[in-house]
Amino acid sequence: MELSHITFGYPGRMLLRDFSLSLPPGETIAVIGPSGCGKTTLLRLMAGLEMPLSGSLTGIPPEGVSMVFQENRLVPSLTVLENLALVSPRSSRKALLALLAPLGLAEEGDCYPAALSGGMARRVAIARAAALGSSLLLLDEPFTGLDPENRERAAAFLRERFAGAAVAAVLHHREETELLGARSITIPPL
Amino acid sequence: MDTLPILRRAWIPGLWLLLWQGAALLVGEELLLPAPLPVLGRMAALLGEGRFWLACGHSLGRILLGFLLGVALGCLLAVLSACFPPAGAFLAPAMAAVKATPVASFVILALVWLRGENLSIFISFLMVLPLVWQNTSQGIAGADRQLLEMARVYRLSPQAVLRAVYLPAALPHLLSALRVGLGFAWKAGIAGEVLAIAPSSIGRQLHDAKTSLEMVDLFAWTGFIILLSVALERGMVALLARIFPGKEGS
Repeated sequence: MELSHITFGYPGRMLLRDFSLSLPPGETIAVIGPSGCGKTTLLRLMAGLEMPLSGSLTGIPPEGVSMVFQENRLVPSLTVLENLALVSPRSSRKALLALLAPLGLAEEGDCYPAALSGGMARRVAIARAAALGSSLLLLDEPFTGLDPENRERAAAFLRERFAGAAVAAVLHHREETELLGARSITIPPL
Repeated sequence: MDTLPILRRAWIPGLWLLLWQGAALLVGEELLLPAPLPVLGRMAALLGEGRFWLACGHSLGRILLGFLLGVALGCLLAVLSACFPPAGAFLAPAMAAVKATPVASFVILALVWLRGENLSIFISFLMVLPLVWQNTSQGIAGADRQLLEMARVYRLSPQAVLRAVYLPAALPHLLSALRVGLGFAWKAGIAGEVLAIAPSSIGRQLHDAKTSLEMVDLFAWTGFIILLSVALERGMVALLARIFPGKEGS
């Protein structure tokens, strides 16, 4: 993915000015910076949810983007497995269960999101990103609500599943950056 | 076991029947207010008459047909309005006008265009159409924006978005419209039949009872209209609960 001389902001509030970034396949970057500096906005631009005011952005995969949003955004009327099947309709039940097991969710396939704890729902959102298996993975605070054990488990899962993908993550803690083996970048202040 | 609901169920209608009996005695004129016993007797007698079943069958069939047509078109137009907002803006005043217009105005207008027996189909259709359109449109408009963004990022197919995002958002609103709409359609449809003197219908029987001043008949037919209305509503609630468990609408 290539972001070239991107300028973006909302009326009365500029967030990015002449921002460039190259994210080749197999590389993981961690976007760090103070709250409100535009980290989530950068991910939204990379996901195609926002259009830059100027500059160019290339490399959004045609199959879609594996994204873990700040909120879990699971479909409440569908079970965990159905949520995964939604983004990967051709995958078998067995293949989808194989995504849940390494995250400690082997028994939760037929549960509805409302029946899950916050940490479980977060891991389902991570499993859904893996179910699509895009060549671009965007993670917005992916480890929120996870205890240290599950944080390590989720990071190992993501590293393995997205080994050859371009990965951009908004992370809060330095240890999370290390868990993902990411290179840190900052959004320059305006 | 809680006996109060059972007692209530048994005694409250009994108390109302007693009040009705008292009022009838007080009025003392069957032409103005018949007593409950002759009315109940007439209702029992009607059950044995072929014309009763024919009238009920025809009225139910036509009104339900109009109801189903209204539901189908209302849903279609709501989807069209969601996909193409100018269509929604175009339809809004027409739907508001249909909702605000008295049934009698439609009946009189429709009598010029339609035969009496088809009128109740048209009237019940008109009662349901704006209700289903408005409720379903509201449901679609209230679809979760965050889920829609997720669907965009993951490139979900339009069918998947419909199933996962729009349908769950619209369903409670639609089900609520179905419950309320069936009662509207039934009452307005019967009113249409009375005004149109639709052959072989409950409305026609009401009309004939009124013109011949057969008050016992008038009350008996009205009793059946109420019973059928309750049966339709309960049937609809049971059907929706079976098809969409936990989402029957409020």
